[in-house]
Amino acid sequence: MLEFLRVALNVAWKDLRVEHRSKTALVSAIAFAALVLVIFNFARDAAAVSREMLAPSVLWITFSFSGVIALNRSFALERENAALDGLLLAPVSRSALFLGKYLANLAFVFTVEAVTLPLFVLFFGVDLSGVLAGIVLTAILATTGFVAVGTVFAAMTVRTRFAELMLPLLVLPFLLPPVIGAVQVTARLLSGRPVSEIAGWLRILAFYDLVFVTLCLLLFPALMDE
Amino acid sequence: MTADLVGARRWIRRGQILTALGLLGLALVYVLALRYTSVERFQGLPQKIFYVHVPAAWSALLSFSLVGITSILYLWLRDPRLDRFADSCAAVGLVFSMVMLTTGPLWARPVWNTWWTWDARLTFTLILFFLFLGYRALRGAIQDPGERARFSAVLGILGMVLVPFVHLTVYLFRTLHPQPIVLKPSAPSLPGDMLRTLLISVGVYTILLIGFVVMRYGVAARESLETSDAG
Amino acid sequence: MTLPAVPLLEAQNLERRFGAARALAGVSLSVFPGECHLITGPNGAGKTTLLRVLAGLARPSRGAVRVAGKPLAGQPLARRGIGLLSHQSQLYGELTPIENLEFAARLYGVPDPASTARAGLAAVGLSDRGDDPVRSLSRGMVQRVAIARAVLHRPSVLLLDEPFSGLDAQSSEQTLALLARERSAGRALVLVTHDPHDAWELATHTHLLVRGVWALGGPREASVDGFLRRCREALYA
Repeated sequence: MLEFLRVALNVAWKDLRVEHRSKTALVSAIAFAALVLVIFNFARDAAAVSREMLAPSVLWITFSFSGVIALNRSFALERENAALDGLLLAPVSRSALFLGKYLANLAFVFTVEAVTLPLFVLFFGVDLSGVLAGIVLTAILATTGFVAVGTVFAAMTVRTRFAELMLPLLVLPFLLPPVIGAVQVTARLLSGRPVSEIAGWLRILAFYDLVFVTLCLLLFPALMDE
Repeated sequence: MTADLVGARRWIRRGQILTALGLLGLALVYVLALRYTSVERFQGLPQKIFYVHVPAAWSALLSFSLVGITSILYLWLRDPRLDRFADSCAAVGLVFSMVMLTTGPLWARPVWNTWWTWDARLTFTLILFFLFLGYRALRGAIQDPGERARFSAVLGILGMVLVPFVHLTVYLFRTLHPQPIVLKPSAPSLPGDMLRTLLISVGVYTILLIGFVVMRYGVAARESLETSDAG
Repeated sequence: MTLPAVPLLEAQNLERRFGAARALAGVSLSVFPGECHLITGPNGAGKTTLLRVLAGLARPSRGAVRVAGKPLAGQPLARRGIGLLSHQSQLYGELTPIENLEFAARLYGVPDPASTARAGLAAVGLSDRGDDPVRSLSRGMVQRVAIARAVLHRPSVLLLDEPFSGLDAQSSEQTLALLARERSAGRALVLVTHDPHDAWELATHTHLLVRGVWALGGPREASVDGFLRRCREALYA
């Protein structure tokens, strides 16, 4: 068990180090998020649609789309020089490799979200006092699930011809439950609803995470088997 | 080699026979539905799309479950025939979900005065459609047959597990659709002759499903023989 | 010298097929310390597939691979006895050679990764470039770092897929020297190449793979031209 974690952390650290050197993916993801926020602000009819009504959806569209952009680079870096072979040759479990990739992707997407949230507050003028903890918890729960599935699909699509197109196509249906849940919770938090209404949705999010992270850990070795 | 080719042709033949039977049955259903079944009180004539829409939904969901189950079996047994079967079910399921997505609006327009609604069931079908589409797209994008089979199998399993979550979240989110009439705990509340026509229609669609899948399977088997002979 | 009873690497009746297409159709191989098995064959013969199956990267449809008697299938630890050098370096361009080697050392559970990495780099004569990103190194240098990575964990068998491709004469010489050193240290080599001239001096056994089966195999003969002639005869028989 400890060995498993050690390998995963080793791989995750390596991924983050590589990204740190080039910084390209992180910067594009954040720039993309900022762009989406700006466009949404200009694209709505201020008289017809209030910012409060639009805010939860905008936040989650931004988070999920920039998340998908982040996921692409995860296996692209392994393709160069067949570095993935190097990982697969090692005397370690393939699920541990997945965990490492997954943790690195999580760190990456959480970073993008952490930078985007203040921008969101700024552009949309929402008041997060009192509900920040709730928003952060929701973000963690929703992101945990879709990044797991996204990591698996990134591994699948990296060698295909239209990888940047295939990944969003495959991931889209899997984004729905976490995003629907997250938007529901965010909307209720922002309008000051009681926690009891939200608990049910949070449970669904947590259950989704449990099921899909486990499934992805179990299925990833089959992808790497040639 | 030729024995396999004969086998493939036999599958195609069987599939064609079943499909022909199914299409005959379909004609029968149309006659039944239009002429020999009562007209629903509130919705009128457009309600008859029900006999096409619901069985198509059943077939799409059945295809999808088959893809999921065969995917699990493939990863366990690694038999290429299982992969071929999953592929056939996915192709056919895509068609049925497209039927659902076209009959849905055709039904919705006269009854609810809108082409599209984001209600639970129609949304669910849209997601199913995207899953099928993604499955086909993934297969089309991978050349190596072993890799294609493994990757599709993983997608099939993930998709199968996703379906209940989508159903749950979308249902909780919104419901505009007619409430379940047939699959209720108590006795179905459809009047006798409508229920009869519906069940016959479901039966016919299932025959069509099997016929299409078998034909597709045979064609895929023949194609794989041709490519390995040529290579 | 008595041979150990258990080969360092043993492949029994390897088959690899999907449906009707077959890449390997019954290949067996036994490799002992100090041996260098040179494998050649036409394109599409299955050479790279064979190497990937031996390395544990690909699963055979039938047959088994054993490393020092232990089966490779389903046992990650058995892979410890194997190193693979392919024509792609398996290195991360953004990281330095030292970082790449340290990462590999940690992955293989080698004690004291930092000094093992430095020693490995010194052994291939690149200590002075240890802190430059791999991206900035020449192909020959990258190859040397890749060799260092492949032998870092002291594998008993080294698998090589076209290790001389894309190298200039000087780099080829250096690679040959490094491999010869590994062989005399008791490692076994399995080397796939389309041109037997490259590694002729190193080889102790030669094999010809055609359409997934051995067409020729045995101890290396005296002259490479003799071997090539026999290959041509086998191919056009």
